[in-house]
Amino acid sequence: MSSETILHGQTTEAIHVHEDHADHGHHHEESFLTKYIFCQDHKMIAKQFLITGIIWAIIGGLFSVLFRLQLGYPDMSFPVLEDVFGRWAKGGRISNEFYYALVTMHGTILVFFVLTAGLSGTFANLLIPLQIGARDMASGFLNMLSYWFFFLASVVMFASLFIQTGPAAGGWTIYPPLSALGQASEGSKLGMDFWLISMALFIVSSLLGGLNYISTILNLRTKGMSMTRMPLTMWAIFFTAVLGVLSFPVLLSGAVLLLFDRNLGTSFYLSEIVVKGEILPNEGGSAILFQHLFWFLGHPEVYIILLPAMGMVSEIMSVNSRKPIFGYLAMVGSLFAITILAFLVWAHHMFVTGLNPFLGAFFVLLTLLIAVPSAIKVFNWLTTLWRGNIRLTPAMLFAIGFVSLFISGGLTGIFLGNSTLDIHLHDTYFVVAHFHIVMGVASFFGMFAGVYHWFPKMYSRYLNNTMAYIHFWVTLVGAYLIFWPMHYQGLAGLPRRYTDFSNWQSFNQFAGMNRFISTVAMIVFAVQLLFVFNFFYSIFKGRKVQSQNPWGANTLEWTTPITPGHGNWPGEIPEVHRWAYDYGKDGREFIAQVEPVGADESKH
Amino acid sequence: MSGYFILAILALAFVVTFQIAKASEYVSVLKGEEKTFKQNNRINAFLFIVFLVLGLIAAWWCNSMYYGKTLLAQPAASDHGEKIDFMLLLTIAVTGVVFLLTQILLFWFAYKYQYTEKRKAYFFAHDNKLELLWTVVPAIFLTVLVGFGLFYWFKITGDAPKNSQVVEITGKQFNWMIRYPGKDNVLGRKNYRLTDASSGNALGVDWEDGASHDDIEATEMHLVVNKPVHLVINAQDVIHDVGLVHFRLKMDAVPGIPTTIWFTPKYTTTQMKEITGNKDFVYEISCDQVCGTGHYSMRGVIIVETQEDYDTWMASQKPQYVTVKETATPSTPVPDSTTVTKVAAANKPIAQLN
Repeated sequence: MSSETILHGQTTEAIHVHEDHADHGHHHEESFLTKYIFCQDHKMIAKQFLITGIIWAIIGGLFSVLFRLQLGYPDMSFPVLEDVFGRWAKGGRISNEFYYALVTMHGTILVFFVLTAGLSGTFANLLIPLQIGARDMASGFLNMLSYWFFFLASVVMFASLFIQTGPAAGGWTIYPPLSALGQASEGSKLGMDFWLISMALFIVSSLLGGLNYISTILNLRTKGMSMTRMPLTMWAIFFTAVLGVLSFPVLLSGAVLLLFDRNLGTSFYLSEIVVKGEILPNEGGSAILFQHLFWFLGHPEVYIILLPAMGMVSEIMSVNSRKPIFGYLAMVGSLFAITILAFLVWAHHMFVTGLNPFLGAFFVLLTLLIAVPSAIKVFNWLTTLWRGNIRLTPAMLFAIGFVSLFISGGLTGIFLGNSTLDIHLHDTYFVVAHFHIVMGVASFFGMFAGVYHWFPKMYSRYLNNTMAYIHFWVTLVGAYLIFWPMHYQGLAGLPRRYTDFSNWQSFNQFAGMNRFISTVAMIVFAVQLLFVFNFFYSIFKGRKVQSQNPWGANTLEWTTPITPGHGNWPGEIPEVHRWAYDYGKDGREFIAQVEPVGADESKH
Repeated sequence: MSGYFILAILALAFVVTFQIAKASEYVSVLKGEEKTFKQNNRINAFLFIVFLVLGLIAAWWCNSMYYGKTLLAQPAASDHGEKIDFMLLLTIAVTGVVFLLTQILLFWFAYKYQYTEKRKAYFFAHDNKLELLWTVVPAIFLTVLVGFGLFYWFKITGDAPKNSQVVEITGKQFNWMIRYPGKDNVLGRKNYRLTDASSGNALGVDWEDGASHDDIEATEMHLVVNKPVHLVINAQDVIHDVGLVHFRLKMDAVPGIPTTIWFTPKYTTTQMKEITGNKDFVYEISCDQVCGTGHYSMRGVIIVETQEDYDTWMASQKPQYVTVKETATPSTPVPDSTTVTKVAAANKPIAQLN
């Protein structure tokens, strides 16, 4: 018996039967170009987003390894770096310009290109039509454009890495005047224009996608799929799209004004500046204006990243606990509350900019208010686990890891949202630890959970379990080993974005810790590469999915054929008769959404 | 060379891991997926408990190693800092309890309710009492934290006492410039278009304002212990941030928009050397807002001393106006001081605005 038959059995016939029916009504020949490149099928677009996101994640992750080399081993030289990066790493050491470019691009890439486009783009596209019962998105064409604008944005951002003066280097928040004045920093020369153009394209992509997600969820739900019967993934993605549509245009305006200041001599953000001895004519602008515009997107952006992860975790946790999600309506309500509050807290990033303290007080109150819906979510997840019958699939492991990280990172938010403490902790490593745990790693965990859970739907194969377990445990342990000690650096007041602490009497006591963190970061990065390998290997060689509903889940995507074609369901779109969470009800393992409510079924 | 060696080892580790992973997948299919699933479930559930226990031990160990290296181990050097430290401890206590409770429940549930054939999951969809409980209880705790936070926030950001010493600090890439108002306690007016470091006017002071004539410019900031100080903060090129880590304070320096902050230093530099047990101790000003490639090196020094020491230091300083006038060449004439006083009287001095 060959190893292929051990893994895959002999069921290929059954799997491919549907393909004859998939396109009934409007059968057409698919060329390579229309199937893989200019594709309008939501499932393929999801894969495009995911794979582009994975490539960006490798680049962004590699950048963090490079600057962690500098932080962890400031005295060592790595000749190999000079071989690769030339004058940016003269003598095998990362130059200051290079360091700041790396930090900036690490943030930009991971926040926007991976955790926004890669996460929302993938799972909104994959899951919306499949879970609400639609043949495709409201507009397949706009959906395709959304990906291609993202691709263009990616090309421009990638090109900026190869400019003579380097990419943007003023931090991912690109505060002017630093980002507006080429004299002030190499990274604020051509690289900054590329950054702004790329972001403008990115925002177009995000808006096209977001409008599509909203209109699809509102209009294309199948018969019986009322809003309150939707799985929580749908609610989360819906609110995410609303957040993006309302806040991204504000960043666009901020970016356009910055382009004007840079290239057309306007003074939106510039006033009374003397840079390197040169007296600039600009007067009357406000550098703080940009921060308002930036954070009006920037804060909702955090939830744009986090909400889809929350939605997927809720779904995966319920499926694998074999129990309904606890407090479905409270979960929807808390998502809604977070969405509203996300628009009202942006100035908590600006407590120490000279903001009016009275105004600051409102932002403190509204910021800490977010802890209430967050607490509701955490306790509801815990109650979902309580008295369940938990199957620890790789997706479930990541979902539980997500909750742990969300708690850890969420609680430190209570420190930073309180302006009194923010005066002390602002822009220290405490902030770095906080947002990496709660928005970075936690969202990644949500994304991994989603990939492990829906990979069988995407590619009709499973990911390798052993590699998945190694991936999970090393990443979870590694994330805590990297970011837990960083809180102590923050409590010692270490400022962010320093390439070297050795000249400081107050900050030079953490050389050992930095070396440790850098080493762990490299190991964790290597294990992410293992995941990437597992991903691509399993697309072609993974164990084949044999059953239509491998996780025993209620939602509609598992009523499609194992490999759904264009239009998702070969025949009629199924009708929905109940909510998505009838697990363990009336002694039954699970009751799919398509099953009519029985006459003697108990109410919940 | 060693770099390539490490890469080779990594590649080897990859191949080995992959082969093991592939083999274990075959084994699982041959052995029966059900059996393998149960085995993996038990292992992972057990690992959650191991993770919880080792994690808590590691957290304790980490604390014992690093607590002494943080600022928690030394008293705040300003009155505001003491309030912030209290607030910090209060928040650590509240969030610490929540952290322990929720993390222990999470991993304990993951272990305790792991899959067995015997158990049926308990159908439990909602419970209004429980929902109410964990809406109200966090809300109460947060109200307490917000209450304390805002009480201190308004104290810290409130008006500086009348007897405060005014000091101006200006950031530029990549150093800090300090200016004292001199005997009249009024900082002379500035106009950024007059900035000219080569002729001794790096700050762009308007010499036509008579209040500027006794202003002292310095590279180190000297402060008097137990006397409130009112910082007027400026930036010339990009946004910087005056980070005063031992005083637990920071405030952005924004070009075109002066900001302020005030505090009372509690210990002299000499006293802090004893308190911290570090003979090299020095109050440092760090730049806490990324400002370009030299951001990490933008360091300033504050010396807190007794009134006598301060007076001695101040007596040794010469007003910048005098220095400029002495070194002025005929090509850059300095305005006559009699006309200057008239102009100054017509202009409201900066320090009074604050």
